[in-house]
Amino acid sequence: MRDKNVGPAGARVVRSGEIRYRGRGDRRVAHILWFEDYQPADAAVLGGKNASLGTLVGAGLPVPPGFAVSADAYRKALADGGLAGRLDSLVASVDPRDPGSVAAAGRQARSLVASVDLPAGLTGPIRDSYARLCGRCDDAAVPVAVRSSATCEDQPEASFAGEHDTYLWIRGGDAVVEHVRRCWASLFTDRGIAYRIERGFGRANPAMSVGVQQMVAPRAAGVAFTLNPLDGDRSQIAIDASWGFGEAVVGGAVTPDNYLVDKVMFTITRRTISAKATEYRLSESGTVEAFDVPAERRDAPCLTDEEVLAVAAVARRAEKHYGFPQDVEWALDDRGVWLLQSRPETVWSRRAKAPRWAAGSDPIASIVATLMNPISGKPERHG
Amino acid sequence: MADRFPSPFEMPTPPGAEGWQDLYAYSTVFSEDRREYEESMFWFMDGVHTPEVIPPWDATILEYAIIALSQYNTRHYVIPPALGVDIRFLNGYMYLSPVGVADPEEIGARVPEFAERAGYYFQNWDRLYAAWMPKVRALIDELEAIGFSPLPHREDMAVITEGRGTGSALDLLSTYHKLVDLTLKLWHYHFEFLNLGYAAYLDFFGFCKQAFPSIPDQAIAKMVAGIQVDLFQPDEEIKKLATLAVELGLADRFLASDSVAILAELSGDPQGDKWLAAWEEAKQPWFNFSAGSGFYHSDKVWLENLDIPLGFLRAYIAKVQRGETLERPMEAVIAERDRIVAEYLDLIDSAEDRAAFEAKLGLARTVFPYVENHNFYVEHWAHSIVWRKMRDLGRVLVAAEFFTEPDDIFLLSRHEVPEVLFDLYHGWAVGAPSRGPRYWPREMARRNAIMDALRKWSPPPALGVPPEVITEPFTIMLWGITSDSIAQWLGGATADGSLSGFAASPGVAEGPARVILSADGIGELREGEILVAPLTAPSWAPVFGKIAATVTDVGGIMSHAAIVCREYGLPAVTGTAFGTKTIKTGQRLRVDGSAGTVTVID
Repeated sequence: MRDKNVGPAGARVVRSGEIRYRGRGDRRVAHILWFEDYQPADAAVLGGKNASLGTLVGAGLPVPPGFAVSADAYRKALADGGLAGRLDSLVASVDPRDPGSVAAAGRQARSLVASVDLPAGLTGPIRDSYARLCGRCDDAAVPVAVRSSATCEDQPEASFAGEHDTYLWIRGGDAVVEHVRRCWASLFTDRGIAYRIERGFGRANPAMSVGVQQMVAPRAAGVAFTLNPLDGDRSQIAIDASWGFGEAVVGGAVTPDNYLVDKVMFTITRRTISAKATEYRLSESGTVEAFDVPAERRDAPCLTDEEVLAVAAVARRAEKHYGFPQDVEWALDDRGVWLLQSRPETVWSRRAKAPRWAAGSDPIASIVATLMNPISGKPERHG
Repeated sequence: MADRFPSPFEMPTPPGAEGWQDLYAYSTVFSEDRREYEESMFWFMDGVHTPEVIPPWDATILEYAIIALSQYNTRHYVIPPALGVDIRFLNGYMYLSPVGVADPEEIGARVPEFAERAGYYFQNWDRLYAAWMPKVRALIDELEAIGFSPLPHREDMAVITEGRGTGSALDLLSTYHKLVDLTLKLWHYHFEFLNLGYAAYLDFFGFCKQAFPSIPDQAIAKMVAGIQVDLFQPDEEIKKLATLAVELGLADRFLASDSVAILAELSGDPQGDKWLAAWEEAKQPWFNFSAGSGFYHSDKVWLENLDIPLGFLRAYIAKVQRGETLERPMEAVIAERDRIVAEYLDLIDSAEDRAAFEAKLGLARTVFPYVENHNFYVEHWAHSIVWRKMRDLGRVLVAAEFFTEPDDIFLLSRHEVPEVLFDLYHGWAVGAPSRGPRYWPREMARRNAIMDALRKWSPPPALGVPPEVITEPFTIMLWGITSDSIAQWLGGATADGSLSGFAASPGVAEGPARVILSADGIGELREGEILVAPLTAPSWAPVFGKIAATVTDVGGIMSHAAIVCREYGLPAVTGTAFGTKTIKTGQRLRVDGSAGTVTVID
């Protein structure tokens, strides 16, 4: 149920920045940045998603631990392999109205990136960082999500929701390295190429940072908007929730349970429990796959009221941190609610901030209007 | 689902209630004379104030209330879309029908008049409201000063020596007229501010609902509600007395159930006298507090039923002994209110909208003290006196052997009372038998039988053809009746047995139901039960210390149950229409006061 209906937006030049490596001594590794060491100046080389995770960790929000591979690593790999110019000309030749042309360019670009050598000195640090994450999580082969974070993503004007790939439940250092490369290649998904051109980002290709983050195996997961996406009501937090991994909700495979929570009173103002036929969970072979939800859980709410409010509280904290409405992904496991992602809400936030309800300055005229049409102000009946 | 309610002319008289119409004013019953008009109107039962059969004299106060409401709309403030509210009694129950202004041109023509008249009150609210309190207090003093006593065997010698020239029976008649006229005046005062206050509140309410379509009703109420409300003061007094009793080491002295004995035994020892002094001080005015809505003479008033406040006192003493704090944390309450306002304000994007929000909130808070407080002075305090004085008059008629019980007087309409007094006067003046002692015992038996028959009748929630959309402002503002509630009345409860109503106080609770049909039954409530009642009165407040949630048949988010439950942090669903009819005592309920739903879970 991700919103892709964003309006036109001006191109934004994304410059690569010099990453300043801080952190504790043993983490001073080129192109690797742990989320907790993130500083705003790092944003340009981390992409929207990783910068956001770093910001959220810094704000004390419950984000699973992990690290980012900077976009400079991607750029360096392309430069070392002599690919940058070839990729640019491939995309420059695309006719966005011709799916065949997009697909052909995408296929070639992905194949080029997928076979690129990682820069000398990057595979080791990625493996080492993964090993360190395993130590932190007390799991010799901690499952991680390897997530794309393009340098053009998650701007207020364009969400890039779902344009690039994320890989779930990856275990082992070699697998992590391999999936970093796959994330790079996903910069050239057909939909990603088309989206960038359509949204006016021009033909200059963005770069790809990759996040490596401990995986939560959720009992339930979903998304939350810190406003009501149906009417723009900023006092509400809208939560979509379903069983298992959030992919079922994000990908639209189920009609999720839907809640509205008043963010000031912290009360549930509406709840709609749906039949949830599909859930993503771990298969015996350790992959995340779609399963039928057993009949006894299908129509049952996947969250308790307390859990609904806990999800809302995390979303509200993210919104308060940023100061504007957010669109978050969350997951719930036995330890509580995890925030997996937070990005600016892009639809209502772009509306003009003109006065919408102030009916002139005359209070009597307003009271007359209220008496003439008390229905608009009638105490609401729920249910 | 039906699309209309029964016509008032289709309603049969309950068996044994024949002749009930004669007990009410001829102008307030449905009749062939106005049938065309009456059948063209939509009538709803006022379950908020009068869920039970209304004894004939009690109808006086209702007629006075409704006529005062009407005259302010129609003749004082010229409410643009609304005239008054028409009233009828059917089988002893009160039905109301708000009269709107249909012609848009006429509505438009009324606007400037309203702006001038209501505008004056809004602009000068604080000054005018400051004058209201002394006015109503003076009226209460006048009511309190009224006395009724039996006619003397001989007029006092002073009547002769002072050349007074009038007799005691004239005083008796005049004093009765004074009592009813003061009651009418009381209701003038009541509606001097009320509808304007509600209108300003509703204006803020409407703005909030536009800006935040899903904002919970109770969030709006919390932003406006006062911190110290006179309506809660009786309860606060009991809390103070409970704390004092524990401090003075008297807690055990309240364990007995005989209130007279408890108070008598406290007297004489120094600690006990100290406590009794505080108790006496709290009584006036705060024990002029009705355990019901105040609209029935049978509603129990604390002052005359000290076992009610003593029962609440015992419960509070137990809480103090358990180490609980009874005082409301005022600073926390104020801080929470400020937080709520600041957070919603912060969510409004434009400066103009923020300014409008603040201005409307400001006016709502200006008018709201009246909306919150008037109820104590009118329905509780003044009504308590009116009922007491009427009972005194009843005693005069018991002494004259017209009646066997003082309360028999409430089986007379207010128009009959002067006739009865004149019969008494006649016998006294002539020195011959009055007819009353032979007539009234038989007639009272007949009337009591009629009342019993009427009580067995189940009144429909409404009569006639409902309008497609309820737009009449006072139907919505004062009675909380909307197009939705009418649809619900027509459709009955939902198929799965769940009920919906107003989300009046947030939270979710489960527990066994206790259906309580009148104030007399509140003693049956046990710890952790869910109170299911036609409505609650704020005087039930102390029972809210032990129940888990409240469900009412009638009332909106500003109903007594809603206000008190928010105060006590209990979930409440109000205005379910069918709660007491469909729920049985002992059933387990799940009450969701945030969503406004009640579900039977076993």
